Amino acid sequence: MEFLVASAIGVLTSGGLYLMLRLHTFPVILGMSLLTYAVNVFLFASGRLTVGAPPILSDATVYTDPLPQALVLTAIVISFGMTAVVVMIGLGAFLGSDDDHVDDPADDPVTADDEVEGTS
Amino acid sequence: MNHWIIAPVVLPALLAPFIVLAARYHIGIQRTLSVAGVLALIGIALGLALQASGGTIVLYQLSDWAAPFGIVLVGDRLSTLMVLLTAVLALFVLLYAISSGWDNRGRHFHALFQFQLMGIMGAFLTGDLFNLFVFFEVLLIASYGLMIHAGGNARLRAGVQYVLYNLIGSTLFLFALGSIYAETGTLNMADLANRVAMIGPEDTVGIRVAAVLLLLVFSIKAALVPLHFWLPSSYAEAPAPVAALFAIMTKVGAYAIIRVYTMIFPPQLEVTSGLHDVWLLPAALLSLAIGMIGVLAAKRLDRLVAFSVIGSMGMVLVSIALFTPEGIAAALYYIVHSTLAGAVLFLISDLVRTGRANLDLTPQPPVAGTALTAGLFFVGAIAMAGLPPLSGFLGKLLVLDAAYGTDLVVWIWAIVLGSSLISIIGFSRAGSILFWKAHSVAPLDSDPPQPRPATMSYVAVGGLVALLVAHTAFAGQMHGYAVTMAEQLFAPEPYISTVLDAPGKLSTPSTTGDY
Repeated sequence: MEFLVASAIGVLTSGGLYLMLRLHTFPVILGMSLLTYAVNVFLFASGRLTVGAPPILSDATVYTDPLPQALVLTAIVISFGMTAVVVMIGLGAFLGSDDDHVDDPADDPVTADDEVEGTS
Repeated sequence: MNHWIIAPVVLPALLAPFIVLAARYHIGIQRTLSVAGVLALIGIALGLALQASGGTIVLYQLSDWAAPFGIVLVGDRLSTLMVLLTAVLALFVLLYAISSGWDNRGRHFHALFQFQLMGIMGAFLTGDLFNLFVFFEVLLIASYGLMIHAGGNARLRAGVQYVLYNLIGSTLFLFALGSIYAETGTLNMADLANRVAMIGPEDTVGIRVAAVLLLLVFSIKAALVPLHFWLPSSYAEAPAPVAALFAIMTKVGAYAIIRVYTMIFPPQLEVTSGLHDVWLLPAALLSLAIGMIGVLAAKRLDRLVAFSVIGSMGMVLVSIALFTPEGIAAALYYIVHSTLAGAVLFLISDLVRTGRANLDLTPQPPVAGTALTAGLFFVGAIAMAGLPPLSGFLGKLLVLDAAYGTDLVVWIWAIVLGSSLISIIGFSRAGSILFWKAHSVAPLDSDPPQPRPATMSYVAVGGLVALLVAHTAFAGQMHGYAVTMAEQLFAPEPYISTVLDAPGKLSTPSTTGDY
């Protein structure tokens, strides 16, 4: 199970990073979502992987750590909200300038010389 | 238990929805509520700072759960001073936003402003790493809204970059927190300090990864080169009062670095040795150099100011990276200075824009009110470039003094002094083009007369300048206080014992020794 979870995190992260480097809004947002899935699974695994164990005190002898589940819940809520925000802003920028590049427009004479890249 | 310490978080958190729900169509009521809220914040922050100034650690356990099971808010000298600085900065920025009409060019400025304050205050006061993440997100969500306030294509495009870059930062933060939790089983800062010190030298892979990831996250917030690419566009395109408030946001990153790397990973800790002197210091020197070269190279005033913010963050981080009490004290003095100076310059760039078509550094006909604006720009530029007599010069002197005797002293002195020269040239070039060469351009009769900036705007900028002057005049007291702050940071035992030994629900008699 450790191998499965670890490789799932690895595949999600690499796919997310690849998509983020595309520098177009839509792939970048997809990559962002993959990265947040990866980090959610990673957070979940940070409390060690146990199957079928209760997270609250009972008669059981084996427990799973409840804290990472609370952390993941917070992280999911935040990343979901953030994705909605970035979709709205990205949509506004695309509709306004008819261009979905994430980096600064190269034809803009003011900013073109300052060499500001978009996301890494 | 004293409940005042949570007031800087709760007050804006209650005020913001109230503004949205009860006053969304009345800009006058919104303004009144917002200013009243910030004034109350200043009062509370003053009280907290006075309470902590004697060296007491103010602890607040949410719902009375004992640390490390519950979330704690902790106020020591450093965090209460940062809270006070934020509240004072917010007042002048708010006055400027109201007088210049920026708050009325889009909706919900005041509500977002209060949420932003809530996030910043919480980030300064929290004693829990995951809670720090949550407050980072609160301040970022509010800042996304403020950043694209009043709309416009250029602003939206810069906003997309800003949001995406910070989302990557947040994801990295979560990875760092996950690895810290996997290694230590706690996220409370005081508890972490104890447990990280217990990790044996043979078993440090995970915690090293976590320490580096955390440093990366905070460096993104602090706009350290090469992680600074989000800053120039977004600060230049953001509405000027928002950019001025953002001057404190880069300091949140610097604050987090100071807090985490003096308490959890202190400089003498073997696990993270080499992190500050091999990596952080050269990167900070690089950002100082690149920021000031950017000042010289910028073709627009707002980008010039944005690059000067990067440069001054570089200066702050050079001083932090020394990780000596003198270095941290110099950094703390310089943080206050650089926040005020950055905010002043962003507001002045908006004063300049009031009479001009754009902020390009090209000669354009003179406009009404130039003399006063030029005078303020002169003072702001002196402060940011670090010339005498203002506090930038004293701060730089303290940094140079703290660096004297370290291994890299030649490099630090050369880059600090060289970049100062470059920034002086950059600022004087910008000032002479904007204000002096304007008189060589004949105004076109067809141009409609441009409006003057409101008097209240000058009062807001003048207030910040007066704070800078006070920061210079009382430099002895301020630096003395910074030294006591640094002493408190380098002796974290009272902090740790206050947090872990305070009784509360679930606390056991021997909380510190039973794992």
